[in-house]
Amino acid sequence: AADSDGGSEELVLTPAQLIRSLEQAWLNEKFAPELLESKPEIIECVVEQLDHMEANLKRAKKGDLKVSVHHMEIERIRYVLSSYLRCRLVKIEKFFPHVLEKEKSRAEGEPSILSPEEFAFAKEYMANTETYLKNAALKHMPPNLQKVSLLKSVPKPNLDSFVFLRVLERQENILVEPETDEQREYTIDLEEGSQHLIRYKTIAPLVASGAVQLI
Amino acid sequence: RQALEEMRALYERNQADVSEAKSGRSDLIFLIRFRHCCLLRNQRCLVAYLYDRLLRIRALRWEYGSVLPSAIHFHMSAEEVEWFNRYKKSLATYMRSVGGEEGLDLTQDIKPPKSLYIEVRCLKDYGEFEIDDGTTVLLKKNSQHFLPRWKCEQLIRQGVLEHVLS
Repeated sequence: AADSDGGSEELVLTPAQLIRSLEQAWLNEKFAPELLESKPEIIECVVEQLDHMEANLKRAKKGDLKVSVHHMEIERIRYVLSSYLRCRLVKIEKFFPHVLEKEKSRAEGEPSILSPEEFAFAKEYMANTETYLKNAALKHMPPNLQKVSLLKSVPKPNLDSFVFLRVLERQENILVEPETDEQREYTIDLEEGSQHLIRYKTIAPLVASGAVQLI
Repeated sequence: RQALEEMRALYERNQADVSEAKSGRSDLIFLIRFRHCCLLRNQRCLVAYLYDRLLRIRALRWEYGSVLPSAIHFHMSAEEVEWFNRYKKSLATYMRSVGGEEGLDLTQDIKPPKSLYIEVRCLKDYGEFEIDDGTTVLLKKNSQHFLPRWKCEQLIRQGVLEHVLS
């Protein structure tokens, strides 16, 4: 069994559990409108796992049927990992001023939404884009118009968008805000195993805690 | 290609907009305010247009790879080329930092894998192509091959190979 190295949580996951965590993180990231917490432990372990599997493959006998199956498995895991990281990059690029702002104003001890590498990437993207806009247009404009607030111009993620979810841990008394003036706010209970279509904003903390799974 | 034509036409309009943005002085207060609104609007439109071009250029990196076809290169301004180079460097640094020693190329594996090997037909003359176990394949126009999927992905996107679905 592969184990996660370092970190304050010494979790020992079987490969199957590890892949399931990856898939859960992948689906959540895919369906959430905003960038979710970064999961460096999962990524690190999956990469390690892939390396193990590839090493095993190289040693195996050629033509063995198991080789194809394992190869396929490696391809599939690699796809999920790539898709997950790509999804995050797309969101980072799409919401870059807000992502950077959120990270800057993060409190001590609060989990980060960006890995150090993603943070570097986001900063470079912002600097690159700012420089470009300045050189391509802004510096040619009249002096009082040479600045543009990217934080104001780039749209924020829409936290009111609706998402499908499955409940993993029972939740009680979730406060749902009214959508129209006629409605009043009400509370609902989320039964384990049930599925719902709900506004992302309402259940965002539950996604972070792992109580629900976006589908 | 249509997008590129549009980009070129709009680029010319862009130049006209810049000179309009430069002008705009007057003495009367209402006229000043009106002109200021026009200027702000021009600024917004220009920035939106330029940003949209950047997004398309970014998409090119993911579609075509790190070397752009010269036709596209021709339509890009010097600043855009610089942006593109910085972007691909930034992306490369990030991809290298993920995934073990060699990094993980995120521009591969765009679709979920269905099988290990796929049937491909060659659309243009490409020349020799080496696959993992050392054998080389000669990719001539209209030749068909049964190749490992992951090797073909990039070439399929570039239009050199075509996936044959029987």
